Amino acid sequence: MPEKINSSNLEKARAAVNKRAALGADIDLNNYNSPAHEKPVNTDPSELSAKDKEKMLATGVILDDPSQRMGTFIQIDNTPVHYSAKQDGVEVMAVSQAKEKYDWFGDYWWKAVSVDADKYTAHVELNESNGYFIRTLPGAKTTFPIQACLYLNKVGAIQDVHNIIIAEEGSELHIITGCTTSLHNEPGLHIGVSEFYIKKGAKVTFTMIHNWEPAVGVRPRTGVIIEDNGLLLNNYVAMKPVGSLQLNPSAYCNGENATARFNSVLVAPSGSSMDVGSKVFLNGKGSKTEIIARTITTGGEIISRGYMEGNASDVKGHLECRGLILGDSGSIHAIPELKGNLAGIDLSHEAAVGKIAEEEVEYLMSRGLDRDEATSTIVRGFLNVDIEGLPPLLNDELQKAIKDSEEDMF
Amino acid sequence: MDSEKADKEMLLDIKDLVVSVDNKEILHKVSLSIPYGETQVIFGPNGGGKTTLLMTIMGFPRYQVASGKIIFKGKDVTVMSVDERARLGIGIMFQRPPVVRGVKTRDMVAACLKKDNGEELIAELAGKANMTDFLSRDINHGFSGGEIKRSELLQLSAQSPNLVLLDEPESGVDLENISLIGSLINSLLGKVHPIRERTNSGLVITHTGHILNYINARTGYVMFEGKIICEGEPLDMLNTIKEKGYRECVKCLRK
Ligand SMILES: Nc1ncnc2c1ncn2[C@@H]1O[C@H](COP(=O)(O)OP(=O)(O)O)[C@@H](O)[C@H]1O
Ligand SMILES: [Mg+2]
Repeated sequence: MPEKINSSNLEKARAAVNKRAALGADIDLNNYNSPAHEKPVNTDPSELSAKDKEKMLATGVILDDPSQRMGTFIQIDNTPVHYSAKQDGVEVMAVSQAKEKYDWFGDYWWKAVSVDADKYTAHVELNESNGYFIRTLPGAKTTFPIQACLYLNKVGAIQDVHNIIIAEEGSELHIITGCTTSLHNEPGLHIGVSEFYIKKGAKVTFTMIHNWEPAVGVRPRTGVIIEDNGLLLNNYVAMKPVGSLQLNPSAYCNGENATARFNSVLVAPSGSSMDVGSKVFLNGKGSKTEIIARTITTGGEIISRGYMEGNASDVKGHLECRGLILGDSGSIHAIPELKGNLAGIDLSHEAAVGKIAEEEVEYLMSRGLDRDEATSTIVRGFLNVDIEGLPPLLNDELQKAIKDSEEDMF
Repeated sequence: MDSEKADKEMLLDIKDLVVSVDNKEILHKVSLSIPYGETQVIFGPNGGGKTTLLMTIMGFPRYQVASGKIIFKGKDVTVMSVDERARLGIGIMFQRPPVVRGVKTRDMVAACLKKDNGEELIAELAGKANMTDFLSRDINHGFSGGEIKRSELLQLSAQSPNLVLLDEPESGVDLENISLIGSLINSLLGKVHPIRERTNSGLVITHTGHILNYINARTGYVMFEGKIICEGEPLDMLNTIKEKGYRECVKCLRK
């Protein structure tokens, strides 16, 4: 990468080291240590400890028999420990390796996310962070998904991650990402920058499962640029306790008929704080979006945001935030926002927050289910988002993750 | 001793039932008995308390029993919860069931069936109710009037209650559907059923009496202003009501 780009990014990052983020509680980065950013190594992932593998498996990352995965990437704290791709036309490596390999790499570095967005993006830049580089070549289609795991391992650590995802023209890329930790009640902080570039006619499905712990802070920073007829299908599931989680990925539908869909499923147990949204900028003629969020609090605090902005003709967007309050404490704050900057656009939203309708519980009870069974059936239904266009295997993984987490809920 | 013996022959025995909704007394000392294997019908003008009676028998908490008793299979169920009554063998067809988003018709039928690996049976029952295409849809979401009836009867056929409570099962159903619904009800009450051998009992509210063409009912009642004012042979009663209106029944009460 040309030195000049490099140094201007560094300058901007230095200027932003103390810049508070627009959203989310401010986290003092000085309270954490920064584990070494070592060079990537390629180890056999099946030799990770049984405990670690089990944690990873719960987020959809299969290491013992990855026959249904076309590639794997694992980073523990700040060091990539495994990268592999099993299919022609598919590249999986550490970003540090891609940086050396491709002279065009700079075209994709801090182009979908601003390096000086806040102190978290700045921290990622200033620590020469690693992460995954996943790319499908023009026309290539992943048959099975590629899996990536970002694993926070060291007590009190900041994990810095910077990922680049490129789907070249006409390609199809399915990714399942699991983010989790070996920590229990110890503190840790995950900062993950992800930049997506979806070229003409390419399709990306990105399914991310977050299983954190009660004292962990999480600050992902994601930007997605979509060209003509490109498609992003983003699924996000966070159902485990987490100290403080804030993310608000932005998709820029710059191309004609570009499409971005976001589905989120959030469950906040007591003590958890989640501020999760999706932003879509409909900049290309005829571009489309749908944002669907299903949120449940069993005692935690949730802010569920959605923002869509129409900047071109014939764009269409729909936003749906539905929240369920189970139990006596906890809160859900739904903030749907629409902005139209010209005529001839079609943006709409619906939002609802409340308890389970007693009428529905009684309906199920009249069929012989007891109150708890009726409630859990209704909750399972509530979380059962039908995701159009998700391959059956990924849909199964998603349903399984939701099901596993439900068991903790009741 | 005699009355105890009588109790045992009755599937349902309601004695002097007084019921309030939102603290307003709606049913005033209603009594009726349904023997095992018998179906009875209730006629009466709107607002007479027919729906209230069925909802009270099912046990929905809004319907509060001030006094009187509901005996089912010889057990006092007056204070039992809805689900306990359902498991004991009472089932109801909802007039306006709620939509439960994400819960599929298949899930509801499976819940009614209360056994694992019921896939084949679910498919068979759904086929009979002409509901196969609805199994993977959210329950009641965008269902038409006739589809709701078929869905309710499908669920009941999986639940197979000993006492079937039907509230105007033919209302809002077009001619094409009425015979299907009639035969589904007949199989719920009658002997032809894939799950069980024994004949069930029913309590059916009807305005039009159309359903009488499909079920074999021996006893009819007229409910008026929260009371049962008349008892008789259902078809005779229907004819009288058709000719002379409910006023004739009121006279019957005065006599
Ligand atoms: N939710 C309610 N709140 C207050 N009164 C009600 C309610 N539902 C029914 N009622 C009253 O109870 C009486 C009986 O109603 P209902 O049982 O529906 O009669 P039917 O089914 O015979 O038409 C009517 O006077 C009606 O107004
Ligand atoms: Mg009624």
